Amino acid sequence: MTERHVVIVGTGAAGISVLENLRRCGFTGSVTMVGDEETTPYDRPPLSKRFLTGEWEPERLHLRSAEALAELAATWLLGRRASSLDAQARRVFLDDGSAVSYDELVVCTGVRSRRLPLSDQVDGAHVLRTVNDALSLRDGLDDRSELLIVGGGFLGAETAAVASSLGTRVTLLSSTVIPLAAALGEDVAGLLADRHRSNGVHLEQGRAQGVTVSPEGTASGITLDDGRHLPAEKILMSVGSHPNVEWLETSGIPISDGIACDEHGGVVPGVWAAGDVAAWWRPEADRHVRLEHRTNATEHGMNVARAILDQPALPPSVPYVWSDQYDLKIQIHGLTAGADSFEVIEGDVADGRFTAVYGRQGRICAALGVNMMRPLRTLRPHVAEQTPWTELDRLKPALSLS
Amino acid sequence: MRITIDEDRCCAAGQCVLAAPEVFDQRDDDGIVVLLQEEPPESEYENTRNAAALCPAAAIVVEE
Repeated sequence: MTERHVVIVGTGAAGISVLENLRRCGFTGSVTMVGDEETTPYDRPPLSKRFLTGEWEPERLHLRSAEALAELAATWLLGRRASSLDAQARRVFLDDGSAVSYDELVVCTGVRSRRLPLSDQVDGAHVLRTVNDALSLRDGLDDRSELLIVGGGFLGAETAAVASSLGTRVTLLSSTVIPLAAALGEDVAGLLADRHRSNGVHLEQGRAQGVTVSPEGTASGITLDDGRHLPAEKILMSVGSHPNVEWLETSGIPISDGIACDEHGGVVPGVWAAGDVAAWWRPEADRHVRLEHRTNATEHGMNVARAILDQPALPPSVPYVWSDQYDLKIQIHGLTAGADSFEVIEGDVADGRFTAVYGRQGRICAALGVNMMRPLRTLRPHVAEQTPWTELDRLKPALSLS
Repeated sequence: MRITIDEDRCCAAGQCVLAAPEVFDQRDDDGIVVLLQEEPPESEYENTRNAAALCPAAAIVVEE
């Protein structure tokens, strides 16, 4: 059993987590890591935070030291992309024409940034997903530059905060009046919008259609569906992402939004999936859920490693994200999507220091904290247990005793 | 087992405290990790390994 060969396609946070946890659980067989980027595993959240400011250089992004990677004893095939899969014969084909046989395959191919139409290969039209994307975006981001950010989600909002701190004149285009209103509700989104404005970020509402290009072939702006044109030479498109599943289309593997997996990451015999690309069955939600969360990638990796080795899964976890914007450190346990209720537990939204809970269909579905890290942790069990909303009044005094 | 913390990397997620509350805590003001035991007892090894693995900023290094 221990002489099996595991192939992990994708060398991001999920891929390294699978490798590390296989070894931690005693796996002594061989492991091959296939990654389309040239670099060993690195961390992506800092790309829109301290890497974008220039405070961190690429070396600081590495998730593990060279010594730690060497101890994990894997074969690394970097700069190569998986191009197709024969799940019957258990072989992965790579873009250099070679093939790798496996006993167990873990697909951790992640997502790629969605781009606006007509923006491919256009100088000045950026996305932010890889370290190379971030290097390109931060080049020339200073007090003489302007940046148009298309998409008011977390990535766009964080980038607006960083760029404005560097003195860049920033326009943040969002499809809603207040960015993030759909995700966080108007109270919290309103606080963030105020921070954008007071830091000189211009908020614009509209729906982007495509990028316009100058006679020199560089970006000159974007068109909106109401006929307007916003001129810009530097544009960040933060308009969502696509799961990297096209290489599996001929494999017969079930694909809808990402790869449909069972609750341990299993897809078909010998194939597993983890991280952003993987939609795991979540029994408590009674559906497949695909999360593009940093902690989710690690947890998937830990559980796939355990499942491959027939070891018990970790206890169920609670989704978690964080976002740094200006002086605000935002943390969310659970999922705010579809929430129909919101209540502040402690502090005041206007002060930028509070905890709050979101409810859906009469139960707590998420807890959010701004600049209140420790008090937020006391709310997490109620997200995990989906405490009834009607118990909130009774619980509130105890929850706000921080 | 010996734990080292890279405070500069810490993103104050608190995942370590959830995984190993005997070994890690967070500062009140900014949520940055506080190491309670540099060399935890054997009973805490598994929790500590989980905490290091779960840290979303790779700020915890465990040497064994």
